[in-house]
Amino acid sequence: MCLAIPGKILEIYERDGTLMSKVDFGGVQQEVCLATTPEALVGQYVIVHAGFALNLLSTEEAEETLRLLKELEDSNQADENLDEGK
Amino acid sequence: MEICGGQTHALLQYGIDQLLPPEITLIHGPGCPVCVTSLEAIETALQIAAQPGVIFTTFGDMLRVPGNHQDLFSARANGADVRVIYSPMDAVALAQAEPERQVVFFAIGFETTVPAIAASILHAERNHITNLSILPANVLVPPAIHAILSSPENRVNGFLAAGHVCAVMGYWEYEPIAAQYHTPIVVTGFEPVDLARGIYQTVRQLEEGRFEVENAYSRAVTREGNRMAQALINRVFEPVDRQWRGIGLIPRSGLGLRAAYRSFDALERFPVAFNTLVESPLCIAGQVLRGVATPHDCPAFSRECTPSSPLGAPMVSSEGACAAYYRYQRVKP
Repeated sequence: MCLAIPGKILEIYERDGTLMSKVDFGGVQQEVCLATTPEALVGQYVIVHAGFALNLLSTEEAEETLRLLKELEDSNQADENLDEGK
Repeated sequence: MEICGGQTHALLQYGIDQLLPPEITLIHGPGCPVCVTSLEAIETALQIAAQPGVIFTTFGDMLRVPGNHQDLFSARANGADVRVIYSPMDAVALAQAEPERQVVFFAIGFETTVPAIAASILHAERNHITNLSILPANVLVPPAIHAILSSPENRVNGFLAAGHVCAVMGYWEYEPIAAQYHTPIVVTGFEPVDLARGIYQTVRQLEEGRFEVENAYSRAVTREGNRMAQALINRVFEPVDRQWRGIGLIPRSGLGLRAAYRSFDALERFPVAFNTLVESPLCIAGQVLRGVATPHDCPAFSRECTPSSPLGAPMVSSEGACAAYYRYQRVKP
């Protein structure tokens, strides 16, 4: 229920007085309501749940997590290398 | 304890629970909205759905949750117009498209889902849509943490707070809880690396004797959260006491419509009445939801109770602990 998926805003428009957008989720496009993230700009990433953007995603923070993931992979690789006597 | 059922599923899916040393046990929390939706709410939903002229809309997970004698799926088989929607905005669009019908939305979910429901009600109000109402069953996380930590049966030493609830609400509400119960709380995301990071920070706090609120999901969560979303929630909803299935009444743990929006309350439009409600005597869902038992402890697990024939809600939902154990084959050693 609380799963939310990050997507990139392609287009912002208004419908019947509510701020809406078209968001790309890795090739699949969906209409997403921006009522609670009116500051969002085209090209930014939002985290989307039940057709609504919960929040903007911080690119720097996302990159920090990816860096940690990479570090984990590297240390696993080092462990494996050690196990194999490389 | 991971609060969120989505995290329970991710932990089991990636086998993170099996990688941990024996000193660390993950206790699965009550963060599965369909699991904690009370039997009364489900019976009310069934009665409203059965009324002529009603289109009853719900998130898909709710269809198979057992009520007293039937579920929404069987109500649909018996002729009720029950429709699965992705967003509460879909219910608004449906009400616009079918003005002669009454469209009812089953408003379940934690703080993550509530801004969408509040915004949909405001959108309906702005566009003078009067044939839409909601059956309010939303619940809040902090009162549930209070209930778990103040219970004499509590064995939780630290919490992974639900990342997307915190994306909306921030984590300032958790700071007094961590301080009061001397229990670390770490805001945690849903990817394996996020979960590992949340567990690591919780364990580090326990080893260092600290009990703070830390944010291990900072790409989506700030301390303040989304203030605009919080303002929308507060405009439309107010805290009310709510019955949690398997847990009981938790004071001010639910959201009801404020007086100004009560015309959107399905309970004001549709009279309902039911006799005594009875849970399956075999099912231990309440203990699983309170974190005092695992699905393994249930004699009915994967025997009388399976996802295709569930006795309790945690076996139904894509966030229920029993469904996760069943799906990822956590069989009793």
